[in-house]
Amino acid sequence: MSLLDVKNLHTSFGAVNVLAGVSFAVEPGETYALVGESGSGKTTVIRAIAGLAPAQEGSVKFDGQEIRGASERVLRPLRKDIAMMFQDPVGSLSPRLTIGSLITEPYRIQGMKDRDMHAEAKRLLAMVNLPTHFADRYPYQLSGGQARRVGVARALALEPKLILADEPTAGLDVSVQGELLNLLNDLRERLGLAMVIITHNLNVVRHVADRMGIMYLGRLVEEGTTEAIFKDARHPYTRCLLSANPEPDPDARLERIALKGEPPSLLNRPSGCEFRERCPFAQDICTQTPQWDVEEGHGLRCLAPMHTRGAA
Amino acid sequence: MTETLLEIDRLSVDYETARGDLKALRDISFDVRKGEIVGIVGESGCGKSTLISSILRLTAPNTRFRQGEVRFKGQDLLQATERQMRDLRGADISIVFQDPMQTHNPVLTIGQQMLDIQHRSKDSKADKLARAAKMLGAVGIPDPEARLAQFPHEFSGGMRQRIAIAMALMSEPDLLIADEPTTALDATLEVQIIERLQELQQEFDCAILFISHHLGVIAELCDRVVVMYAGAVIESGDVREIFHDPKHPYTRRLIDCDPGHIKERARVLPTIPGEVPDLANLPGGCIFRDRCEQAMARCATDVPPLTQLKQGHHAACWLNHEEANT
Ligand SMILES: Nc1ncnc2c1ncn2[C@@H]1O[C@H](COP(=O)(O)OP(=O)(O)O)[C@@H](O)[C@H]1O
Ligand SMILES: Nc1ncnc2c1ncn2[C@@H]1O[C@H](COP(=O)(O)OP(=O)(O)O)[C@@H](O)[C@H]1O
Ligand code: SF4
Ligand code: SF4
Ligand SMILES: [Mg+2]
Ligand SMILES: [Mg+2]
Repeated sequence: MSLLDVKNLHTSFGAVNVLAGVSFAVEPGETYALVGESGSGKTTVIRAIAGLAPAQEGSVKFDGQEIRGASERVLRPLRKDIAMMFQDPVGSLSPRLTIGSLITEPYRIQGMKDRDMHAEAKRLLAMVNLPTHFADRYPYQLSGGQARRVGVARALALEPKLILADEPTAGLDVSVQGELLNLLNDLRERLGLAMVIITHNLNVVRHVADRMGIMYLGRLVEEGTTEAIFKDARHPYTRCLLSANPEPDPDARLERIALKGEPPSLLNRPSGCEFRERCPFAQDICTQTPQWDVEEGHGLRCLAPMHTRGAA
Repeated sequence: MTETLLEIDRLSVDYETARGDLKALRDISFDVRKGEIVGIVGESGCGKSTLISSILRLTAPNTRFRQGEVRFKGQDLLQATERQMRDLRGADISIVFQDPMQTHNPVLTIGQQMLDIQHRSKDSKADKLARAAKMLGAVGIPDPEARLAQFPHEFSGGMRQRIAIAMALMSEPDLLIADEPTTALDATLEVQIIERLQELQQEFDCAILFISHHLGVIAELCDRVVVMYAGAVIESGDVREIFHDPKHPYTRRLIDCDPGHIKERARVLPTIPGEVPDLANLPGGCIFRDRCEQAMARCATDVPPLTQLKQGHHAACWLNHEEANT
C-alpha cells in the first residue's frame, strides 16, 4: 500500500479551476518531485494534501485512510505524520521566538507539554547539523542556509512519515543548496522519510527525487522515474522544461526547444490538448483531448508523444 | 581594441553600522567595454547590489565611499553632481531590478509609464506611443498596442520583467545594468529573458552588466565574468577562461557545486563548508582562507593581490604566484 495516494484531486477557488484531477502516489521512504512552471498548481496540491487548501473532489489517502474532508478527530493524529516545509520556513514564523522555541512549537501545538523542550531542541538541531547553542538565537541572526535547516528541524519534530516541501532550495546559493539536499537525502536514508518536493529547478530534482511528476495547468502531463524522465522524456512540455536549463559551461550547445509564450489563463482553458497553443510539436490530432496513459510505470498525457516520432 | 565604457577603479565602500564599519566593497577594479556583456557572479552578501547602487549613486544613507573611482565614458561618477547623475540615469545608464515592481508604478498604465520615460522627447504623443508599442513587441509582449492600456498587475511576472527591460531600453542607453533580473523567475522564463537580452544587445548595441548567482545563466549570456567573494573581486576574465580554467579555488569550488553539470544522481553533492567572514570584522590575509582547502602559511598574513595571469584573466590567489616562482 502506498503511503500517500492522491486520486483525481480537484480544487477550485471560485471560478478558477486550479487543480483539474491530480493523481499520484508516494511509497514509504520515497522522494517524489512535482515540477512545472509557476501557476501550474504545485503548491495547491501539497496544501490540499495537508488540508490547508480546499479540494472539492477526489481522494487523498494516507496510510490507507481517507483524509480529504476528514473530521478533526481523524486528522489530529495524522498531523504528526505529515509535516509541511515552507519556502521561507523562518520568515513565515514569529521573529520574536528563539530558534529553540520555534522548532519545538509543534510539540506545544500538539499539546505534548510534558516533553523536555530544551532537550528536544538540542536533539533536533543536532539532526540538522546545527550547533546546539543555536537554540538561543533569533531568526534574524541566521544565514539563508541555516534558516532552511531550522525549517527542516521543525518539520522533523513530530517524527513525520511524510514531508511536503515547497521549493526547499529556492533562493539559496549553490554552495548552500548542496548542503540542504545532502541533509534531506541523509534524513531520508536514516529515518526512512518519504517526501514530496516541489521545485522548478530540474538540476536539483535529478539528485533528490526517485520519481517525478510534471504538472501543467493543474494536471500531471507526464510521470516516471527520475532516470526515465531525464533520459527519455516523452511529453513535449517536459522536453521544453529539460531544455530550458542553462548549463554552467559556455560551450554547452543546448538544443533548446523553444516554449512559446506563457501558460493560458485558468479561466479560459484551451480545448483539446491544453498545451496545444504552446506546443512546438502540435499536430492536427491535438484538437482532441489526450487521456492519461501508463506504460511500464511511465505516465503520459499526449496524443503524439516524442518517442513515437522516430529520431528527430 | 574596443572602447572602455565603464571603469571601476580600486573602489572601496563601507556601510556605517552600530558594530562599526562594514567593509562591503574593497578595492574593486574591472571594466566594461562598449557593447559587451559582463557578468558579476557571487553568493548573496558578496556586495553585488552595493556595487550597482554605487555605480548609480543610489546608495543607502549609511554608505561611505572610502576610495576609488567609477568612471563612465571617462567621467568619475563619484564626483558628478546630483543633477548630472539624474540626467545619466535612465538616459545613458538604465537598470532592471530583480523585482520589476520596483520599476513599475502600480497605479499608472504601462502606456502612461512609457510616455513618461520619453518626457524629454519633442515627438507627438502618437509617435511616443508607437515607439512604446514597438519596444514592447521587441521584448516579446504579444499584442503590444492593446496592452499599453493595461496596468502592471494585469501582466504575469515574466511579462512584467520583460516590460521593465523594454522601459530600460527606451532611452537607448549605452549601459544596461541588470540586478538578478531572472532570479525570481522559472527556468523557462529565465531562458526566454536571457535569449531576449542577447538579441536586444545586438540590436541596440548597448553594454550589459548582468548580476546573477546562477552560473548557468552567466555562462550562457556573458562575454566576460567578474567573480566576487565577500566584497572583493577574486577573479575576472573571459567567460571560457573562468569556466574552463578557473585560477581561484573559490571559483573552482563554486563551479563544482553547481548541480547543473553533475549528470548522474549524486549521493552527496559538493558544497563549500564554512561561512563568509564578518565584513565588519575582517580577518587578515586572504578572505577565503577559512574555507580554502589549499591555504598556505602565507595566506594567513598577506592579502593576495588581484594579478593579471594572462591577457584578460585576473585572479587574487597566492597559488598562482607560487606557480610563477617555480
Ligand atoms: N487562494 C487562492 N485563491 C485564488 N487563486 C489561487 C489561490 N491559490 C492559488 N491560486 C491560483 O492557483 C494557481 C496555481 O497556484 P499554485 O498552486 O501556487 O501554483 P505553483 O505552486 O505551481 O506556482 C495560480 O493561478 C494561482 O493564482
Ligand atoms: N545599508 C546597509 N547597511 C549595512 N549593511 C548593509 C547595507 N546594505 C547591505 N549591507 C551589507 O553589505 C553586504 C553586501 O550586501 P549586498 O551588496 O546587498 O550583497 P549582494 O547583492 O551580493 O547580496 C552584506 O553583508 C549586507 O548585509
Ligand atoms: S497532444 Fe499534441 S499539442 Fe498536446 S503535447 Fe502532445 S503533441 Fe503537443
Ligand atoms: S590565497 Fe591562499 S587561502 Fe586564498 S584562495 Fe589562494 S590558496 Fe586559498
Ligand atoms: Mg508554488
Ligand atoms: Mg543583491
